[in-house]
Amino acid sequence: MHGSDAPAAAHAETHQEHPIKLYLVVWAWLFILSACSYMVDYLHLEGALRWSLILIFMILKAGLIVAVFMHMAWERLALVYAILVPPIAILVFVWIMTVESDYTLWTRLTFFGAGP
Amino acid sequence: MPQDGMSAIAHEQSPEGWRSIVTDWSADKQTFHVPWGKAMMWIFLVSDTFIFSCFLVSYMNVRISTAVPWPNPSEVFALQAFGTDVPLLLIAIMTFVLITSSGTMAMAVNFGYRGDRARTTSLMLITAAFGAVFVGMQAFEWTKLILEGVRPWENPFGAEQFGASFFMITGFHGMHVSFGVAYLVIVAIKVWRGDYERAGGNYEIVEIAGLYWHFVDLVWVFIFAFFYLW
Repeated sequence: MHGSDAPAAAHAETHQEHPIKLYLVVWAWLFILSACSYMVDYLHLEGALRWSLILIFMILKAGLIVAVFMHMAWERLALVYAILVPPIAILVFVWIMTVESDYTLWTRLTFFGAGP
Repeated sequence: MPQDGMSAIAHEQSPEGWRSIVTDWSADKQTFHVPWGKAMMWIFLVSDTFIFSCFLVSYMNVRISTAVPWPNPSEVFALQAFGTDVPLLLIAIMTFVLITSSGTMAMAVNFGYRGDRARTTSLMLITAAFGAVFVGMQAFEWTKLILEGVRPWENPFGAEQFGASFFMITGFHGMHVSFGVAYLVIVAIKVWRGDYERAGGNYEIVEIAGLYWHFVDLVWVFIFAFFYLW
């Protein structure tokens, strides 16, 4: 264990105090992005445009919440990577289940016909 | 001070970027230089991420694999307002309520670290109130759909799996919001009573409760995108 000055330094680093204005700006952006994603549905956008817009607004909102509201932007990288890297496995899971559900649909259409 | 993990490393000398990861993970010492409660909350949130991901992936699976058309959420969740059907009206309001509660929570954390107990308590209670409003609107939505004949095994709009996915995903999220409201009220009362003041003026618990609350908002972002808008 090091000298007695270390706790003060550590305190400064774990102390997540940021200007209120920053939170209000992020809050406003979350409102704007939510309104945008609502407009995607309201304006009946379809196809690739609809899906890409939904994903873009979703990722931007999630990023703002994690980075600013949950203070990830100011944490040490050891914690950031320990938390944000494992969820990447979910993308692999999504891929596996997409293949699996396509196969299920194929068997249903092939053996039970198009109807229910 | 072996019991004080914070003193394990003097941060002034610690490197930046990738080297900081190597420094933090190597040798016989604490890896995460945050309060243990915060590290534990983050690890719990990662596990919760996997649970919600399983629900959303299973929803994706049944939606892709069904040969029956999926009900159009835009129409199913439309509400009568101003004389017309407004698509997803209630869901949009719920989204704004939850985002607003996240904003007030972020400010509560800030005032907590400044030691402003009155503002911290009131902002946390406002956050909890928004959460309760959200759960109330969700209860209204459930009631409406159940009265229209939506069940986990059937519904009048299309593929049967719609009901199962809807009740499972929104139900589990609503439960998280409800627990969050209780959690926030408990911490707010303890802040107001001065429990943390007596424990040395340490308001990390407000930030930790905030992490949970922001996570609930975060999950709603994904549910809103994948279940309601897709």
